[in-house]
Amino acid sequence: MSEELARAFARHRLAVASLAVVALVAVACAAAPLLAGYAFDAIDLSSIRQAPSWDHWMGTDDLGRDLFTRVLYGGRVSLLIGLLAAVIGTGLGSLVGAVAGYFGARTDGVLMRLTDVAFSIPTLPLLIVLASFAPATAASMALIIGLLSWMATARVVRGEVLTIKRTAYVEAARSLGAAHGRILLRHVLPNTAGPIVVSATLAVGNAVIVESSLSFLGLGIQPPTPTWGNMLMDAQATMATEPWLAIFPGVAILLVVLAVNFIGDGLRDALDPAGRER
Amino acid sequence: MTTYILRRMAQMVPLLLGITVVLFGVIQAVPGGPEAALLGSGRVVDPTAVEAYRVRLGVDRPVPVQYLRWLGGAVQGDLGVSFSTTRPVAEMILERLPATLELMGAAFLLAAVLAFTMGILGAVKQYTWWDHLGTGVSFLGIAMPVFWLALLLQLVFGVWLGWLPVAGTRTVGEASVADHVAHLVLPAFVLSFRYVADWSRYLRASLLSALGADYVRTARAKGLPERVVVGVHALRNALIPVVSVMALNLAALFSGAVITETVFAWPGIGRMFVQAMFSRDYPVLMGILLLGSAMVVVFNLVADVVYGVLDPRIRYE
Repeated sequence: MSEELARAFARHRLAVASLAVVALVAVACAAAPLLAGYAFDAIDLSSIRQAPSWDHWMGTDDLGRDLFTRVLYGGRVSLLIGLLAAVIGTGLGSLVGAVAGYFGARTDGVLMRLTDVAFSIPTLPLLIVLASFAPATAASMALIIGLLSWMATARVVRGEVLTIKRTAYVEAARSLGAAHGRILLRHVLPNTAGPIVVSATLAVGNAVIVESSLSFLGLGIQPPTPTWGNMLMDAQATMATEPWLAIFPGVAILLVVLAVNFIGDGLRDALDPAGRER
Repeated sequence: MTTYILRRMAQMVPLLLGITVVLFGVIQAVPGGPEAALLGSGRVVDPTAVEAYRVRLGVDRPVPVQYLRWLGGAVQGDLGVSFSTTRPVAEMILERLPATLELMGAAFLLAAVLAFTMGILGAVKQYTWWDHLGTGVSFLGIAMPVFWLALLLQLVFGVWLGWLPVAGTRTVGEASVADHVAHLVLPAFVLSFRYVADWSRYLRASLLSALGADYVRTARAKGLPERVVVGVHALRNALIPVVSVMALNLAALFSGAVITETVFAWPGIGRMFVQAMFSRDYPVLMGILLLGSAMVVVFNLVADVVYGVLDPRIRYE
C-alpha cells in the first residue's frame, strides 16, 4: 500500500521537486549555525546596508547583520511554528470530526454547531487579538494558530467517518466487544489518514503565511530573534534604499508555501484511487 | 424559496448568539482593560479615578452580567463605548465603514474582471501560453502573503517607477477624483489578488466541464458561432458555482482588509482594528469582530440563495 502510494506520488514530478525544495530549506535552516558565516544578531557597523555580494549573499541590514544568516535563522522559527500549528490544528480537527461523526446524534449536533460558530468568526482578526497578549514564543504562536485552524479538517474527517462507521469491519470490531475508543483509534481514524495527511500538509503552508502576517504586524516572535515575517516588517521602513531586505525573506515564504501546496496536491492525487491507474 | 430563506434566517439567531458568547469570552480572557487603555493614553494616573471609570463603564460587574448588558445593547445597535476615545463604538465603526466598503467593492470588481478574463481564456485556450500564465498567477495568489505582495508593489510602482501613491486616500491639498482613484489602485489590487487566483481556477474548471457537456455539442452542431457557444451556452452554466463562491468570499475580503489597510494606511475598519488591538480597546475589537462574523453568516446565506436562484434544478424545501 505505502509502496504503491510512493510510486503514485513519484509520478507527480512537481510534487517530488517540491519535496526536495522543502527538505533542502528545512535542512539549511536546521543547520543554520554550520552554514551561516555570521551570528544572526552580529552587528557589524563597518558593513551596513550592503547590497548582495560574495561576502553577504543576500546583503546586510542597517546594523550590518548578514541577511542570509537571518533568513536561515528566521526559517527555523517560521517553519517550526508552521509545522507545530499544522499538527495541532489537524490533530484537533481530526479528533472533533471523528468524535462527531462516530457518535452522531447529540454529540454530532453540538460539535458541528461549535464548528459553525468557529467558522463564522473571521480568523485573522481573532488571531490578531489572541497574539497581542499571548506570550511571544514559538510554542504559543503555534498553539493559537493551531487552535483556530481545525474547522475544515473537522468537517472533512466527520464526512469520512460517517461512511466508515457503517462498514463491515467496524461492525465486526463492535460485535467483538471493542470499546469505542479502540474502534475509533484502531479502525476508523487510520482509514481517514489520506484526507488528514493532505489537509495537514496544506495547513503547514497556511500557518507559515499566518505566522508571517502576525509577525509583520509586530505580534508574535520579537526581534532580535528573526522570523520571515518580522524581518519583512523591519524592511518596510528602508525598502526604498535597501530593497533586498524586503525581497529575500518574502521569497523564502513564497518558495516554501508554494512547494508545500504542490506536495499537498501530489499527495491528494496519489491518494485518490481513481487517479492512480493512469 | 421564501420559506427556506426565513428558516435559514431563524437559524442565524442561535449561530450569532454562539458567536457573541465565544467572542465575549475571548475578549474577557485578554488581560489589561479600560484602565490599561486609559493609562496607555497618558490621561489618567489616579487610581480612584480609574476605579470610578471602571464603574462607569460597568466593567466592575461579573462577566455574565457584562455580557447580558452588552448583548442587550448590541441588539439595539449599541456596541458600547470605546475605552480610548470614550465615543460610541457603533459611531466609530460607521464613520470608518465607507472607506472599507469602497476598498472591498473595488477589490471585488477588480477580482471579478481579472478572474473572468483569466478563467475564460484558460478554459477556451487550454494548455496554451494564456492558460499557463493563469495557472502561474493563481499559484502565486495562494502562496504569496498579502503584505509581501503589498510591499513589492509599493517598491515597484511607488518607489522605483513613481507611478502610484503608496499610502492614504488622497494627496494633501488635492481633491480630484483621479487622485483618489490612483490611491485606490494598489490596495484594491492587493486585496483582490487572492480571489483572482481562486475564482479564475474555479471558473476555468467549471467552464471546461461545461464545454464538454452535451448541450454544448448540440449548440455547435446547430452551427452557432463559437462566441455564442462559449459566451451564452457554456459560460452561463459554468458561472453558477463561481458566483456562489464569490458571494461567500465577500465576507472574507473583510479579513483581508485588516492587513491591506494597515500596509497602505487606508483609513478603514481594518486599520482601526489593528490600532484598537495596540491600545487594548476591547469594545472596538468586539464590535468589529461581531460585524465581521455577521457578514460571514449573512453571505453564507446569500451564496446559497444565489445558487438556488441561478440553478433552477436546485430546490430548497
